[in-house]
Amino acid sequence: MAHAQALTEADKDRFYLTEDHHPENGTLLGFWIYLMSDCLIFAVLFACYAVLGRNYAAGPSGADLFDLPIVAVNTALLLFSSITYGFAMISAQAKKVKPTLIWLAVTGLLGLGFLSLELYEFNHLIHEGAGPQRSAFLSSFFVLVGTHGLHVTFGCIWLVTLMVQVAKRGLGGEMKRRLMCLSMFWHFLDVIWIGVFSFVYLLGVLK
Amino acid sequence: MSPDLVKTIFGRLTWDAIPLHEPILIGTFGVVALGGITVLAALTYFKVWGYLWREWLTSVDHKKIGVMYIILAIIMLLRGFADALMMRAQQAIAFGDAAGYLPPHHYDQVFTAHGVIMIFFVAMPLITGLMNLVVPLQIGARDVAFPFLNNFSFWMTVGGAITVMLSLFVGEFARTGWLAYPPLSGLAYSPDVGVDYYIWSLQIAGVGTTLSGINLIVTIVKMRAPGMSLMKMPVFTWTSLCSNVLIVASFPILTAVLALLSSDRYLGTNFFTNDFGGNPMMYVNLIWIWGHPEVYILVLPAFGVFSEVVSTFCSKRLFGYSSMVYATVVITILSYIVWLHHFFTMGSGASVNSFFGITTMIISIPTGAKIFNWLFTMYRGRIRFEVPMMWTVGFMVTFVIGGMTGVLLAVPPADFVLHNSLFLIAHFHNVIIGGVVFGMFAGIVYWFPKAFGFKLDPFWGKLSFWFWQIGFFFAFMPLYVLGLMGVTRRVSHFEDHSLQIWFVISAFGAVLILFGIISFVMQMVVGFMKREQLADKTGDPWGGRTLEWSTSSPPPAYNFAFTPVIHEIDAWHDMKQRGYVRPTTGFIPIHMPKNTGAGVVLAGISVVVGFAMIWQIWWLAVISFVALVASAIIHTFNFKRDYYIPAEEVVRVEDARTEALRSLA
Repeated sequence: MAHAQALTEADKDRFYLTEDHHPENGTLLGFWIYLMSDCLIFAVLFACYAVLGRNYAAGPSGADLFDLPIVAVNTALLLFSSITYGFAMISAQAKKVKPTLIWLAVTGLLGLGFLSLELYEFNHLIHEGAGPQRSAFLSSFFVLVGTHGLHVTFGCIWLVTLMVQVAKRGLGGEMKRRLMCLSMFWHFLDVIWIGVFSFVYLLGVLK
Repeated sequence: MSPDLVKTIFGRLTWDAIPLHEPILIGTFGVVALGGITVLAALTYFKVWGYLWREWLTSVDHKKIGVMYIILAIIMLLRGFADALMMRAQQAIAFGDAAGYLPPHHYDQVFTAHGVIMIFFVAMPLITGLMNLVVPLQIGARDVAFPFLNNFSFWMTVGGAITVMLSLFVGEFARTGWLAYPPLSGLAYSPDVGVDYYIWSLQIAGVGTTLSGINLIVTIVKMRAPGMSLMKMPVFTWTSLCSNVLIVASFPILTAVLALLSSDRYLGTNFFTNDFGGNPMMYVNLIWIWGHPEVYILVLPAFGVFSEVVSTFCSKRLFGYSSMVYATVVITILSYIVWLHHFFTMGSGASVNSFFGITTMIISIPTGAKIFNWLFTMYRGRIRFEVPMMWTVGFMVTFVIGGMTGVLLAVPPADFVLHNSLFLIAHFHNVIIGGVVFGMFAGIVYWFPKAFGFKLDPFWGKLSFWFWQIGFFFAFMPLYVLGLMGVTRRVSHFEDHSLQIWFVISAFGAVLILFGIISFVMQMVVGFMKREQLADKTGDPWGGRTLEWSTSSPPPAYNFAFTPVIHEIDAWHDMKQRGYVRPTTGFIPIHMPKNTGAGVVLAGISVVVGFAMIWQIWWLAVISFVALVASAIIHTFNFKRDYYIPAEEVVRVEDARTEALRSLA
């Protein structure tokens, strides 16, 4: 970054460049900053969970509700999807369109698997009478986990869009940059999920 | 039709939502509708729709987007100020048996709308507009990092403003105060659409604000001209950078907390309710974690304007450039750890209150350093009292008073007495008008010739300054007195007649400010009529010191025919000193972004989503949301986003300037 603005010997005595000048592309930096702003949204949700997460209002607690085996499978699905996204990026670097598409498809399927299990869990809880209206604990649980799930949903829509674009246009610089952005987004959601898993579920089942 | 079917189609929207029984609103609607029809008819008559659409509404040119932001802000200023006049008039007459002319439920909407509009749709577009207009020029760039996002951000801000304005004529606005504290803003106490209008207008505009924050950070970090290291950036660019960092670090919190409030209202969750374990103070904490940085988001760019204006009109390098930069950065950081001073009365205990009281007081140290830097820049400078300089001096006097009352409020025991009193109202108007508004007006007068090629009329400019300056003191000093006597804010009727005189003086001050606003508009009108006389053909009308003055006024679409190379802090001053010769040959094609209508479309659909959610017209909400996502995806399939301005075109524009400069000499 600093060297981009550093002057070469030739520039020392001149006031303007006579050649074509292109500033560095800022997409990845911009996307990174966006991710940090998104991270703050999750920070607020985690903070709410930290403050309200023990306010059961005489209703069920995490220990009564959480089914760790399902959550463990769910976590595994999401973590594996990050690995498969990594394979997609390796194929994209090698400019191999078909393997890239296959790995992206696998990633998307794992994401969908994650979402289905999450919806199953939500449905189950609501039918047990432990819906988001029951207590501040359940409100903050549903909104935190649900916001993460919404992000994964948009990630899946985005993934399909990019698959169509890769199929149509191949793996030029622009497409690689887009894949890279989604890659950061996908891994970011993984990191958030690790927070959810440890902070909400693991600590939640402890009495 | 069966009532069920009607409800499915229209949600909560009924004929009762149209305020036919409120003469004030009907009158306003008449005026707005008449004005709107006149403007639309004029646009059609003069056949400028195509021009407007191609050259402005779909433009990705940062200069035009900046100008559009400022136009939005001035229009919304008129609305927000009308609210202020209504409040001042009500409070001046509603004593004892006289009920005044505004019923409480209307008065409550007026003060809420006043706060929301002034902060989100006047102050924010003013700073974003000015940053857009000036920052790329100051750093020697041809546009911002993400030109389409810039256009989109602007239209989302407009979308938020439209949503607020809709509430005037369809339904009602929140009656909660500008931060909509629960439980009052919860479903139990505000079941109507008012709070929903509040939430959705801020969410729509908030998307735009966050994205434009990201955009400008990346622009400043990545697109500076060669040689412009961080410590050679103009101070306005520095303060813009810090302000945008604060935007990105705080607006997501507002988004999240408003989403939680919506979840309470729409899904029946219990974040901020009084029962089922909810905690309203959680909302108050979170919203101020956004809200306090917000005041620095507004005032830092104003500080940047004053720095540019002082050094230009004193014909001196700014005193203490690096201390100015460090002070800005320190304020940026500190602004994040003072939020609790907005509610010392929450009862969080002596230690917590002391911590936040002390951090608040510490902020006055870097701010004081800035004031001294400006004073030392003026010391032995050749001061030219042009209009921007007058706003700057007015700011220094007014803002220091506001800052001192702020330090007073930072003392927790004093705050327990003054909390939510008119003393507080006087304090924050003192710093926001004295700091942000004066700063933005200084900036508009200062950079207007750059944007349009002629100066504003100085007579009306000076008149505007004096009306605002004197009007401000008449309007707000009485509120300090009333606050010390214990009068609380947001009250529409009083019993104690001895207070009335102070409110009358305050109302008189508001009328003076009205003349200030009229004069402000007049300086543009008269300036436009006298544009030949006031024309700036040199591109450098004030003897400027930074890069934006090195190009023509208005600048060509590409800003700089050749990217400048920077050697010194005041780059343009340095170039003038060392005999810079403007290049007249050797032009090459220039790579530029293409205009697009996607921003208008996406923001338009967002307003429909918001409207459908507010009135709970679920089918429309679903359809418009799907349309929103689909349009965004379609937009990503547009890969032809740039073009080259051919060398011949550059030659033509530059030759015209060469000719203009020669005719001057």
